[in-house]
Amino acid sequence: MKRLGVPGGILLAWIITGIAGPLLPLTPNAIDLSHVLQSGDAHAWLGYDDLGRPIADRLVIGARTSLLVACGVVGISMVLGSVLGAVGGYLGGWIDHLLVRVIDVFLAFPGILLAIALAGVMGPGLDNVVIALSAVGWVGYARLARAQVLSIKTRDHVMAAVAVGASRSRIVLRHLLPLVSAPLLVEASFGLAGVVVAEAGLSFLGLGVQPPIASWGSMIRDGTRYMLVAPHMVIAPGIALFLVVLAINLLGDWLRDWLDVRSRS
Amino acid sequence: MFWQVVFRRVISAGGVVVGVVCLVFVLLHLVPGDPVDVMLGEYARPADKEALRRALGLHQPLPRQLAQYLERVLHGDFGTSIYSGRPIGQLLWERIPATAELGCAALGLALLLAFPLGILAAVYRNSLVDVAAMSFSLLGVSIPNFWLGPMVILVGAVWLGWFPVSGREGLLSLVLPAVTLGTALAAILARMIRSSLLDVLSEDFIRTARAKGAAEWMVILRHGVRNALLPVTTLVGLQLGSLLGGAVITETVFAWPGIGSLVVEAIQRRDYPVVQAAVLVIALAYVLVNLVTDVLYAWIDPRVRFEREP
Repeated sequence: MKRLGVPGGILLAWIITGIAGPLLPLTPNAIDLSHVLQSGDAHAWLGYDDLGRPIADRLVIGARTSLLVACGVVGISMVLGSVLGAVGGYLGGWIDHLLVRVIDVFLAFPGILLAIALAGVMGPGLDNVVIALSAVGWVGYARLARAQVLSIKTRDHVMAAVAVGASRSRIVLRHLLPLVSAPLLVEASFGLAGVVVAEAGLSFLGLGVQPPIASWGSMIRDGTRYMLVAPHMVIAPGIALFLVVLAINLLGDWLRDWLDVRSRS
Repeated sequence: MFWQVVFRRVISAGGVVVGVVCLVFVLLHLVPGDPVDVMLGEYARPADKEALRRALGLHQPLPRQLAQYLERVLHGDFGTSIYSGRPIGQLLWERIPATAELGCAALGLALLLAFPLGILAAVYRNSLVDVAAMSFSLLGVSIPNFWLGPMVILVGAVWLGWFPVSGREGLLSLVLPAVTLGTALAAILARMIRSSLLDVLSEDFIRTARAKGAAEWMVILRHGVRNALLPVTTLVGLQLGSLLGGAVITETVFAWPGIGSLVVEAIQRRDYPVVQAAVLVIALAYVLVNLVTDVLYAWIDPRVRFEREP
């Protein structure tokens, strides 16, 4: 548990600011031209952006954006992918065959590329970002759930459930999915890091949330234009993003080790 | 047997290619929103919208559009750009060399960094070197390239003044984009080389080699690294896909005139035929790379060559 202290703290801070952000007395959209590009002072300790808005306040709103997108995308793609993969693996036959083909085709893409194209065609906006990233995100979970289900579907308890006449949906939902949830959770923890980066990447390209809502990605993009005079505009959101991703990766490593140990004992 | 494996892989890659064309087409056409509305704006005259819809062939039923598109693409015809009116095939050809150059440079840099780091970390396991190499690896995967890009510009171009800020002129301009794109790959590879080499170094034949009195560097390089290469080869093939995906953002950061920045420019100009074609070309490159990796793998490892498909 010792290893969890710092990354756990970072994640907790991310989640709490993300949820409680709107309740705080912040002024993330207050334009103040007398402070344009200035560095930190007592009111805004991380400095001001190109419109004189306090960067620290915008970071809090950016945390909310990335938290919303991350939870939405990981939730949707994990449920969708796990169920599809488990159903395909359990039923077999042409349904499974079709699923495998579709997964193969999706895996022939760099995921972020397809998400960029989708988000570009749908137009910017938080909901479109979630749709685009979920459309490419479900594949990993489906492949994993399918492989796991294939390896346990002939176990005794499943056979027993079949024998007492349990329906197929009950077998998949009650007898198969709970058993394969551990690797899916590990996948989800690394997936979370990927989604946080992808959301910021889409916003960096101008395909994510729309102004004036802040995203760490769009803050980095705005900052690159003033890098020579106000490097703090790029550095602050970048460090926030980096710390959250690093913390999630460390947590994922820990989760993987921990679940392995448990399954062995 | 080897050629049978190659033949089977080529056939299945062909199937994936057709699937990829269909998927790109269907996904880009099924998403909510009308491309004609997006291109002309909501308040355009209905007659203009109808004309554009006909020009793009969007008035026909979707399966028919897909069949026509598939046929044209298989003949190498990607259509014309709405923005510039030029054939899209020509646009793509102009951009491919820059992306290939950047990709090769990033891959080369990643290999150059990852091998020494991974080998040193495995050989001096749990030492300071190991901790340093694995810390680098963790940092490398956690730094998004759209932030690393501006940071290396700040340090390498603005503060030190050694490299140009952006653009593609001469070898020096290649350095910063290659560092930006290659760092994550180097991080992943270093980790993989370390764990793969650690597995190999605990094998019996390594002990035998040592017992015969072979020099330690010879044991590690000739017997260890060579056998640790197999999983690494697969990983390189798989990771080239994310390299191509990362190229979209890296090229945008550095105004590098490749396929990736073409995708972003085309999205901003609402030039959907170009978006579709560029995405397709990147996916095809990825399929091709994986095909080559598979064949190489079968060539390197006899166990794969003689496997039987279940």
